[in-house]
Parts: sequence; structure tokens; C-alpha cells
Amino acid sequence: MDLQILLLLGQDGITNGAIYALLALALVLVFTVTRVIFIPQGEFVAYGALTLASLQTDKVPGTVWLLLGLGIIVALLDGAKLLRERRYAKLPPLLIANIGVPLIAAAGLFAMPPAQLPLALQVLIAMLLVVPLGPMIYRVAFQPLAGASVLVLLIVSVAVHVALIGLGLLFFGAEGSRTPAFTELSFELAGAPLQGQTILVVVASALLIIGLYFFFERTLYGKALRATAMNRTGARLMGIPPALAGKLCFTLAAAIGAFSGILIAPITTIYYDSGFLIGLKGFVGAIIGGLASYPLAALGAILVGLLESYASFYASAFKEVIVFTLIIPVLLWRSLSARHVEEEEE
Amino acid sequence: MCRLPLPALAALLAVAPLLLPEFTITLLNYIGLYAIVAVGLVLLTGVAGLTSFGQAAFVGIGAYTTAWLTTTWGWSPWLTLLVGLALTAMIAFFLGFITLRMGGHYLPLGTIAWGISLYFLFGNLEFLGGHTGISGVPPVTLFGWELKSGRDFYYLIWLVVLLAIAAISNLLDSRVGRSLRALKGGTVMAEAMGVNTPHAKIVAFLIAALLASVSGWLYAHLQRFVNPTPFALTQGIEYLFMAVVGGIGHVWGAVLGAGLITLLKQWLQDWLPQLLGQSGNFEMIVFGIAMVLILQRARDGLWPVILKQLPARHEKRQVATAEILPKRPLAAANSVLLEVHEVSKNFGGLVANNRLSLRVAAGEVMALIGPNGAGKSTLFNCISGVAPATDGEIRFIGERIERMPSRDIARRGMSRTFQHVRLLGQMSVLENVAIGAHLRGTQGVLPAALRLDRAEERGLLAEAARQIERVGLGEHMFDAAGSLALGKQRIVEIARALCSDPCLLLLDEPAAGLRYREKQDLAELLGKLRNEGMGILLVEHDMDFVMGLADRVVVMEFGEKIAEGVPESVQRDPRVLEAYLGGVD
Repeated sequence: MDLQILLLLGQDGITNGAIYALLALALVLVFTVTRVIFIPQGEFVAYGALTLASLQTDKVPGTVWLLLGLGIIVALLDGAKLLRERRYAKLPPLLIANIGVPLIAAAGLFAMPPAQLPLALQVLIAMLLVVPLGPMIYRVAFQPLAGASVLVLLIVSVAVHVALIGLGLLFFGAEGSRTPAFTELSFELAGAPLQGQTILVVVASALLIIGLYFFFERTLYGKALRATAMNRTGARLMGIPPALAGKLCFTLAAAIGAFSGILIAPITTIYYDSGFLIGLKGFVGAIIGGLASYPLAALGAILVGLLESYASFYASAFKEVIVFTLIIPVLLWRSLSARHVEEEEE
Repeated sequence: MCRLPLPALAALLAVAPLLLPEFTITLLNYIGLYAIVAVGLVLLTGVAGLTSFGQAAFVGIGAYTTAWLTTTWGWSPWLTLLVGLALTAMIAFFLGFITLRMGGHYLPLGTIAWGISLYFLFGNLEFLGGHTGISGVPPVTLFGWELKSGRDFYYLIWLVVLLAIAAISNLLDSRVGRSLRALKGGTVMAEAMGVNTPHAKIVAFLIAALLASVSGWLYAHLQRFVNPTPFALTQGIEYLFMAVVGGIGHVWGAVLGAGLITLLKQWLQDWLPQLLGQSGNFEMIVFGIAMVLILQRARDGLWPVILKQLPARHEKRQVATAEILPKRPLAAANSVLLEVHEVSKNFGGLVANNRLSLRVAAGEVMALIGPNGAGKSTLFNCISGVAPATDGEIRFIGERIERMPSRDIARRGMSRTFQHVRLLGQMSVLENVAIGAHLRGTQGVLPAALRLDRAEERGLLAEAARQIERVGLGEHMFDAAGSLALGKQRIVEIARALCSDPCLLLLDEPAAGLRYREKQDLAELLGKLRNEGMGILLVEHDMDFVMGLADRVVVMEFGEKIAEGVPESVQRDPRVLEAYLGGVD
């Protein structure tokens, strides 16, 4: 292997690793706050990428129907509760947010061909269509089970993943899509070409990570999430509703997922089920961080990206085998270094 | 455990192939294959509270092992069955070893990763035929009878299903079964009763994996062909769905779930693509949503719903008599049983116990009292090995125990109750108490599955019944433990502790929640135990109860011992009065 290939592969690895790192952060966030192991994280990646691709080919993305469907269910669930409690004043905002907005979005998509819009606006629309699915899914699937064990939440998580994969196939079909590059810029580094898109991914990921850091350190909602992650009961006693914390972190996770999808859509072809493997690689990173440490999770994810990239060069058929077998030594190491105190779930 | 009229069912299954069309037989064959895997998941998830999404990969190990060895090397299928089982056991043991020591969610995550990894491995290894797989797998021959058609194979599959169900039901109704069921209530109680919980978890995972491997072996010889697709993670997830839909706590739920999901899938696969105008695995949308609803609304699955429709069964309401179990030799009267020397326990910066010392002798009741937060329960946890002391020395019958896991301490004759009752609410009082006798039996998994453990089992249950009678709960013997009043649940815990034949009993607030009359009965019982030579260390807030019963009292405040002596002197101690009543200015 000469230096050129080494650099090229490293570039690939870091690009993918940056995406995995974003996903790993989202997974750690969701797990620490809600104890949900968020398997559907990867579906948001695919939904983000494919929604953007649909917009660019002038199709109405199926996600808008999912948004409307889930919105109606949320409105029914919460509306019934409001009616029981006779809090009628809260009804209009609930209906507008969960049914009105998706309806307007659908109407807007039919009225205006989105392919003509500038790229930034398309990205914004795609995000607006996908991100609200996060809190809605939390409300419908997880909130009623907030007190259940990690195991039950994990099974629900897998069930949601399975349903979303099926819906993804229904919405986007079995063919993959690749969106045009955001930038055609290209540089040269030590004889190896350096794509502008690659730089964009790494810079955007880094900015997002820094943004998250400030969100958690400097804003009230960020602090509320950190408090909930540290001690759910304590946070609740301090007036942070667990449902709010749950919805907030699912919103963040959905946003991170969809944005990651949009970032990599020009680099790799995304299929309706591609998100799962991408998300799981984020998981391997998160597990390296013990599902608790953000910096370790991010580093682990970049390691996964690099390993994947070099593995694809040496033994491309066994790329996935190598990446997912990496989890074994990681678990072994964590298991041997773990203290023998087990949390009691009651 | 529920017992269906097995002979009737077996007869029904036996005549089915004579009456049913080929297609139905094929479906039944698949249902049987899936049910074998799902029964293992019932044991793993429903009973032991662990989960694996990678069962399909174990099925794959069983299938690929036999396919490769029979086609390439011409081995006999019966031999390859054993090889497949051995290989599965090794992999499952290794995976279990590295994941089960950590939190409960690492096993499922590990199995997801390993399920994906194995799927890609099957698809990329040249000698396993890559994505096209291996064809030409020979049929199984049984005493010269070649099982070539689906109809022939049907008998073998359902024989295995029934055997698996019988073996798992037997296992659950045994000493090992109780220890597996105890895992769901958290490991602390199980360990305190002497159960080696890491071992128990691995056993549950191994059994589930081996059943999956058998299913894979059957699959390979039924299909006579293997490729990677049926062993992908999606199938692993579907197995778990089957078990959950059917009823994760019931072995027959596994069969029900396998049947329902298989039929539903068949039907949805015909119907959904027509409805949606596209082809694809859309049944997964329905399964996913149904799964969320089931877990939200009816977490026990469908089998309990069906059980409710059946007429109530007559359970055997009697415990067979058996010879009294051998007892441990009594410690010499007044010899020191427990010696706690300068024990400290810190939680980060908080010192919960500070250089505490005390002794308990045989035939003595020692009471540990003090205001809330004085560190009494913490000291109990240090002594019983639940949460080891940070510093200091603890001797039990002359042996250092401060670094031992609680199961080893239990084996040496110490037993305890918990301040927050740790019973398995759905199990009967009898079964709960019998967990206490865990260390007085030795029969393992195989004898239990084959019912060779009955003599010992009778002894253990008779002992449990005796202890229940002794504490005065005979009328509740067959009630679910969770249905008893809290005070009575504490008494059940005492019976469970007594069932282990301890020489030292640690009781954490045994009289809380009891009525006056019940407290008198308890005091009488403890007095009797003391006279038999047992040492008793007890934490209690009811001063009348303590002062009337205890031989000596240790008073704690803020993690330190402030007084020790006979009840009369302690009651007059100015520091004690200050701790309880506030200072006199």
C-alpha cells in the first residue's frame, strides 16, 4: 500500500467515522436520558437522505404521510387526555402542531415542485419533515412505557426499527439514491485527491459536536437533559418532566440522524435499510464508550470508521464481519475492567 | 407451571399428517422449528430476564455445521448434530462470558452484532458456498427409515418440540429452575440465597442457544439445503417477537407465538403487497406495530389470555412428606459466630460505617438500633457480602469473609432477610421459601430436565413447607407471595432464610408492618431459635420488641457505634437518649 492509498482510505475512514461519531453521541444521549437503546437511530439517517433525494427528484416523500399519521395518533392520545382533564385551551395548539403543520407541509409539497428550490431550502424541508418524527415516536411508542425495564424498552426499540424499515421500503422503494454533491471543490493532499464533500462532512460534524457541547453546558434545556441523565427522579423533583426530557432528546437524536443522512447522501448510495448498519456502527462506537462517555464514544466511532475503511481495502468481503466482530474484544475489555456491581432494576 | 393434557395433544399431533394436505404439513413443520427456538427464548427472556436477538445465528451454526460436514466430509447427520451442539455451546459460552457480567443490555447488543457478523461470514466464506449456500444435504435416517418427505420429518420435528417443552417445564419446576426464576428479581436476593448468578445466567443462555442449534440441524435436513438468508438478524428478531406475542413467561406461549406469527406472516405476505401495489416484506410493519402495542397493553402475551378461558385447573395442594434434610452441626453454645472488627464503608466521600466493631455469639439475639440513616442496613450488606466493606475485618466462625461474594458466605451458614422485601411476587410462598434451600440440594440441569431429581426435590419442598408452618403461614403456602400483606411477606423472608439451615440469621426490620399479636408470635419464634443455638442479628425500630427480645444491643448513629450492652444499661445511656430524643440543654 502506498501513501496515496493510505491517505485516501484514511480520508474515507474519517468521513464515515465522523458520521458514526454523531450517531454515537445521539445514542449515548438517548440512552442516558431515557434508558432506551435507540436502535431506530439509523432509520433517521436513511429517512433524512431519502427524503432529500425524493425532494430533488420532484417526488412527494412518503415521510410526509408518516408525519401526518403519527401526528393524528399523538393528537388523539394527548387530545383525549386534555378532554378528560377539561383543559380545552390547550387543544388548538396541540391540533395545529400535530395535524395542521403536517397537512400544510403536504399541501405545500403538492403546490410547489421542490426540485426547483435552492439546495439549502431542500435540506431544511427534509429536516422539517423527518425531525418531528422523533418526538412523535417517543410519545406513541416509548412514553407509555417510561417506567419499564431497559430490556422491554430495547424490545420496543427493535419493534419500532422493524416497522420503520418496512415503512421506508414502502415510501422510497427498494432502489437506492445518491444526491448530488453539495460542493464540487476538490483539493490535493500529498498526491491524494481530497474531496470538498469530505471536508464538509468533517467540518459539519465537528461544528455540530461543538454546538451540542454548548447546548448542554450553556442552555437551560441542555442542563435539564444532563440532570435527567444523571438522576431521573431527582430531575423530576426539580420540575423537569420526564416526558419533556424524552421528547427533547428524541428530537435531538432525530435531528442528528437526519442531518447525518443528508451529509453522507452524496458520498454513498443510501437504500431504505442502509441506516440500520450505519446506526449499528455508531453503536459499536458508543459501546466502546460504555454507553456513557461522550468523548470515548466519538473516538470509538472514528476508530470504527478507520477500521472499516482499511478492512474494505484488504478484505472487502469481510468488511462487516470485521467491524462487528470488533465489538467482541471491546466487550471483553469492558467486562474485565468493569467493577462487579450490577445496577438493580426495580 | 401449567400442564396441558399432553397425551391428548400428542395423539392429535400424531394423526395430523394422515389428514392434512401437504401445504399445511409444511407450515406445521416450520411452526415446530420456530417453536423450538422460541421455547429457548421463553427460558432466557421470560424466566431469566435476559434477551438475545441472535438466536437465528445459533440456528445457522447448527444448520451450517451439519450441511458442511455431511456434504463435504460425508459424516452421519447424528454425529454432526453433536458437533453442531458442541460448537454452539462454545460460542454461546464465550459470548455469555463476556457480556453477562455487565448490565443486562449488553447481551442483546452483543448478540445483535454477532448475528450480523455471522450472517456476513456465512455469505462470504467460499467453502460454505457463499450467498448461494450448500445444497444436497442428505436426509436423516432413523433405524433404516429415511426421513425424506415433509410428512416423515414432521414427526421428528414435533417430537423434538414436545421433548423440549417437557424438559423446560421440568427444569422450571426444580431447584435449578427456581434459581433461574430468582434472577428476574435481581441478583442480590439470589446470591444471598447461595445461587451462583453468573453461572445461572450462562446456563439459561446455553440452553436457549442449544435449542436453537437443534432447530437449525432439523432445518438443514428438512430443506436439504442451506443459505445465509434464514439466519439473518431479522429472523432473530422475529423469534423474539414469537415468544413475546405468545407469552414470554409460558413454554406453550412459544408454540402459540410461533404458530400465530408464521400463519400471520403467510397471510400478510399474500395480502399486503396486493393492497400496497408493491412487493416487499411489509408484514414487518404490522409485526413491529403489533409488538409495540402488545408490550404496552398486554406484556404477558396471549397465552395467559387463553388460560383464563380454560376451566380452572386443580393444582396439587399438598406437599409430599419426606425425610428431614441433614442439618449443619450446631456451633458450641456461646461460641463467637460473627466478629466484625473496625469495619468502614464509604460511598464516595460519604462514610456510612466508621470503624465499627461488634460480636454475635451462638444462642444470642443481638439487636442493632439507631435512627434512620445511621448505617444499619449498610452494615448488614457488608456482613452478608452484598456490598463489601471498604476497610476492616469480618470473621464468620473463624473465617475471614469480608471479600467473599454473598453466595459463599451463605454456604458457610449465614442467611438474611431484606429491609425492602425481595420476593418473587408471582411465585407461590412455597416456591419462594424453597429458594432458601438452594444450597441444600445438588441436582443440576440434566437431572431436573429428566425428572431424576424428584427425591431431592421432595426433600427440599418438604423442608420449605416445614419452615412455612413454623413461622405460622401454613394457610398461605400456595398463595402467590405478592398477594400477601407486607408484614407477612417479611415473615416469608424469614422462612426462606431459615430454609437454608443457617447458624446465624440477619433480620432487617422483621417486625415492621406486623400487628401486635403477630409481633408476639415473631418474638416467640426468634426466642425459640435462640434457644436452639442460633445466633440472630437484628435491625429493628420497635423498641418494645427489641428490648423484650435482645440479649445485647448495639446503638449506632451517623455510622458509628455509640453504645453497646444489655438493654437496661443501653436504655439509660445518655448518648443514646440524646440520639433518640435530642439533647437536654
